[in-house]
Amino acid sequence: MKVKRASGRAWNELRKMKAKVGVVPNADGSAIFEFGDTVAIAAVYGPRKLHPQHMQDPATGILRVNYDLLSFSVADRKRPGPSRRSTEISKVTEWALAPAIDLEAFPNTVVDVQIYIIQADAGTRTAGINAASMALAHAGIPMRDLITSVAVGKIDEQIIVDVDKVEEDYEGGEGATDFPIAKLARSDEYTLLQLDGKIPPERFKEALDAADKACQEIYEFQKKALKEVGE
Amino acid sequence: MENEINEAHQESKEDSVSKKRKIVVPGEFIVKGEDFLPGDGAKREGDNVIADRYGLAEIAGRMIKVIPLSGAYVPRRGNVVLGRIIDVLFNGWLVDVDSAGNAFLPIDESPRFINRNEMDQFLAIGDVLAAKIWSIKGRGIDLTLKGRGLGKLDGGFVFRINPSRVPRVIGREGSMITLIKEKTGTNITVGQNGWIWIKGDNLDNEIKARNAIEFVADKVHVDGLTDKMEQWFSN
Repeated sequence: MKVKRASGRAWNELRKMKAKVGVVPNADGSAIFEFGDTVAIAAVYGPRKLHPQHMQDPATGILRVNYDLLSFSVADRKRPGPSRRSTEISKVTEWALAPAIDLEAFPNTVVDVQIYIIQADAGTRTAGINAASMALAHAGIPMRDLITSVAVGKIDEQIIVDVDKVEEDYEGGEGATDFPIAKLARSDEYTLLQLDGKIPPERFKEALDAADKACQEIYEFQKKALKEVGE
Repeated sequence: MENEINEAHQESKEDSVSKKRKIVVPGEFIVKGEDFLPGDGAKREGDNVIADRYGLAEIAGRMIKVIPLSGAYVPRRGNVVLGRIIDVLFNGWLVDVDSAGNAFLPIDESPRFINRNEMDQFLAIGDVLAAKIWSIKGRGIDLTLKGRGLGKLDGGFVFRINPSRVPRVIGREGSMITLIKEKTGTNITVGQNGWIWIKGDNLDNEIKARNAIEFVADKVHVDGLTDKMEQWFSN
């Protein structure tokens, strides 16, 4: 390994994960998911009646996701409220989750997913997707599969798994690349693929393989947390 | 109050030794083989039967079901539910039953004749009632009040628990709820949507009954709950 990771992790080592379901008593389903210092809480409400009525779809229920980075989650207080960034992440999270869930049995309804990042140390969208996927399962929504998500990246020329804040801001050599992906856990269907930075096409496969392995690990972790129901 | 008990114990066939149960997550493999039939919450994928949602997988003979452990109430025909009147229309009442769509109670489905001009003397906005779902069509749920133990609920109070806990609260053949009723001397109606109405002679008994129900609802994965409940009462 040419570049040492500040956290001392191996290149393919995830941060310590923590996960639990049933953390929001008033929600129909909820989960908390942590990647090291990144903590995401997801709460699912519904299926419930959709307002405004013109958005209702008589063929199927719809999914609505709201991602919010809370003002105290970062070192410099973030101005609260929706931003360009949070709107975008809400949308890509929605697209990342939608292929897994099947709401045809609930026409004219909505399933609301609220994702709150209460502590941010990079990888918030991936932690949010992992939490949301568990929360959707916990809410008893019919699903094809769980969604698992991880950010791989590249610092200088080294591919790394689960990028943290220090690595995201890395400036030596080729700089830092952030490459968050989400997939259906049991198959190779990717539902989120973003790229911030650059990666040579011939190394793309390498990064994706690393992500697949990491996702497998996360999937087992999500399963374990869902099976520990002792509330 | 026999109604809710008869409904419920069909859904609370539990703890029998012949059945194998385990918690499954969506997409998880349950069993392999062509002989099995995927039921509620399960589906077939090639040769395997996999879970469609999170819950307890139950293999009963050839039938495979996944019983939900949490989540919102999904109405079914024949369920007794508690609801609150949210509007009085010209031919019936609109009822909030805590599900995705509102339910409708037609004036013809009330137990006795009601003058259309005086509908709100029978049920006014805000009134709470126990009703049975008699049909679910594409759009909306239809309720009826024809049946034993159904009708407006006067006095007492309503609170809610998670709908997936309702079968446990009722117990097998209604054993749990009968025990709670006897020990506290209260009248209790449990709706499949998780709303519970309690009315007793005094508030202390009512609160005791509520605590008892919440105790049961919290301890979902314990066997022999009815015995535990008797112990709880003796303390």
